[in-house]
Amino acid sequence: MPAVQETVDQVRRIDVDQYKYGFVTDIESDRAPKGLSEDIVRYISAKKNEPEWMLEWRLDAYRRWLTMTEPTWARVHYPKIDFDDLYYYSAPKSTKGPKSLDEVDPELLATYEKLGIPLREREILAGVEGASDRRVAVDAVFDSVSVVTTFKEELKKAGVIFCAISEAIREYPDLVRKYLGSVVPTSDNFYATLNSAVFSDGSFVYVPEGVRCPMELSTYFRINERNTGQFERTLIIAEKGAYVSYLEGCTAPMRDENQLHAAVVELVALDDAEIKYSTVQNWYPGDKDGKGGIYNFVTKRGDCRGARSKISWTQVETGSAITWKYPSCILRGDDSQGEFYSIAVSNGYQQVDSGTKMIHLGKNTRSRIISKGIAAGRSDNTYRGLVSAHRKASGARNFTNCDSLLIGDQCGAHTVPYIESKNASAVFEHEATTSKIADDQLFYCLQRGLTSEEAVALIVNGFVKDVIQQLPMEFAVEAQKLISISLEGSVG
Amino acid sequence: MTAVRSVAAGMNGQIKMLSIKNLHASVGDREILRGVNLEVPIGQVHAIMGPNGSGKSTLSYVLAGRDGYDITEGSIVFGGEEIVETPAEERAAKGIFLAFQYPLEIPGVATMTFLKAAMNAQRKARGEAELTTPDFMRRVKVAAEKLNVTQEMLRRPLNVGFSGGEKKRNEILQMALLEPKLAILDETDSGLDIDALKTVSDGVNALRAPDRSMLVITHYQRLLDHIVPDVVHVMAAGRIVRSGGPELALELEANGYADYVGAAAA
Repeated sequence: MPAVQETVDQVRRIDVDQYKYGFVTDIESDRAPKGLSEDIVRYISAKKNEPEWMLEWRLDAYRRWLTMTEPTWARVHYPKIDFDDLYYYSAPKSTKGPKSLDEVDPELLATYEKLGIPLREREILAGVEGASDRRVAVDAVFDSVSVVTTFKEELKKAGVIFCAISEAIREYPDLVRKYLGSVVPTSDNFYATLNSAVFSDGSFVYVPEGVRCPMELSTYFRINERNTGQFERTLIIAEKGAYVSYLEGCTAPMRDENQLHAAVVELVALDDAEIKYSTVQNWYPGDKDGKGGIYNFVTKRGDCRGARSKISWTQVETGSAITWKYPSCILRGDDSQGEFYSIAVSNGYQQVDSGTKMIHLGKNTRSRIISKGIAAGRSDNTYRGLVSAHRKASGARNFTNCDSLLIGDQCGAHTVPYIESKNASAVFEHEATTSKIADDQLFYCLQRGLTSEEAVALIVNGFVKDVIQQLPMEFAVEAQKLISISLEGSVG
Repeated sequence: MTAVRSVAAGMNGQIKMLSIKNLHASVGDREILRGVNLEVPIGQVHAIMGPNGSGKSTLSYVLAGRDGYDITEGSIVFGGEEIVETPAEERAAKGIFLAFQYPLEIPGVATMTFLKAAMNAQRKARGEAELTTPDFMRRVKVAAEKLNVTQEMLRRPLNVGFSGGEKKRNEILQMALLEPKLAILDETDSGLDIDALKTVSDGVNALRAPDRSMLVITHYQRLLDHIVPDVVHVMAAGRIVRSGGPELALELEANGYADYVGAAAA
């Protein structure tokens, strides 16, 4: 309940424009010329001081991308993107390899402070005295570069590598070469291939055998620059018996034009390893008339490569004008497990086409999908999911539950499940419901004294409870607030 | 109409909790309330009986401030204040409570959570401090025991999978906790077996108080054996057509509503 109360208070404090992360940081940046060509790919690679193999990898992807066409099967509509009218690289000028936080542009630190992301370890420590296990290490990515990564030294002591992927390419080339593109190949799909050619930064995590990562890891993505695409790349490897919990958050300024975000995330879990990946996605959704907002075209995939490994995706999606995203699990190892917990909220003119793929390859693999879609305003919210069992996947099991909640009568909720089983012993269950916040349900709450905002917050929080419980504790409250803010003005 | 006047005259000098004058309400172009006059003094329990479609439930919704009704004429004065324009949640905070005929379900929200949200929302609207958790828990425990509401029920999502009796007890529990000035009970007896009816009625009777009024809406007389009203009104075709003492309920039970249906239509 306190969360609901806070939500409501927060909603009240916000004026007409609900998006509070919409400010622009005035900072000088270093940009690549507009458009995309082999030269731009070389430019990015050179900016990052990359080895030759990396440049070749990128160029290979770029050449492949030239032969591909944009996918059109998703239930989203938008004008054709002119890929030559974008900037593919932008970096704050002053942050070329800061040695310590003191060298980071104060303007940047202020930006993250404003976003509620603490980057000074001392301050983080001071803030949570006596609760050392609640610390979160942060990698902050601003436009195309990682600005700073906190708690690096301490993580290193545990053997955990947590750094910008550009740094990993230079410092840990063997690991990167072994795993990069091994889950999402450069040929995977239009946006993933584009990302492979031009990705600028992102996070790299390596947890060695038997190590339980001593703290939550998180990356905070911020798009600042105008007309700039953000193409981050994240790679997480959990060796045998390792465990890591990782969270990403994202925001962007309010701008009239649409901006492109095409990320790739690859997870690799070896024998008995577990990766928990949580996302709170709050890119700018556009204004109340549907102008502006981020196009969020993202490929996220986890490979349960080892036996008894487990990958769990939890996502709270409230932002972006268009979301096209299907965090998936390849259940390759025998007895491996995949989970997908999702809350997708759409309001205004937002379009969401999201879901998951659970590919059962190994024996006795299990997967679980809980998806909660909430549509309000004039938005469209589609769950699209595939559950498949390979012919060798004997004993595969899946449970899927897709619930949709409609607020108002001008929005749409759609559920598109694909189920393919080539093994007779596989058991797949699918449940789906669609409900509407009914007038009489609202009136019942009003009659008990709740305002309509409080009533919607309460009903929605009840609806998403199963998924919120999966989020790391400190983000669950944040997520609840975010959901309610996104739904502000959706009734009455 | 004579009967209405005589009852009203008999109440002269009493302070009114609720005073409805010439109330007309429509949905679309269909007029459902066609000039309701009703006065409920402080501390009294009034029953409204009437055939199906006479406007009883509409009257309860209009009093509680539900959207979707056009109030075309008349006034509702509650505690000396005109409330026709007051939003539903403000009426609730001022002390109007409606026990629903069909209480709504809210999946995923524990009954306990809902109770606390409602109590604190009303307190906040009245400028009072929110309840502390121990204070809240104590109040719930006391009220719940009286109504045979178990802790297990309080942990379950609001009204989800509740039996008819559990839902109605839950309504009365909310009434006990919210301590309204005017409680409107809409067909509270519907769907109750005789034991549940007894529990619910005992709960309601325990809440009778000199500073609280009640409006008991029912189709059948049997509820009024348990909750004995001070005054019984008969509603037909959107008006109060007759008022009298508790004996009026017995008369209706014996003769049915046929006379009123015919008379109102004429």
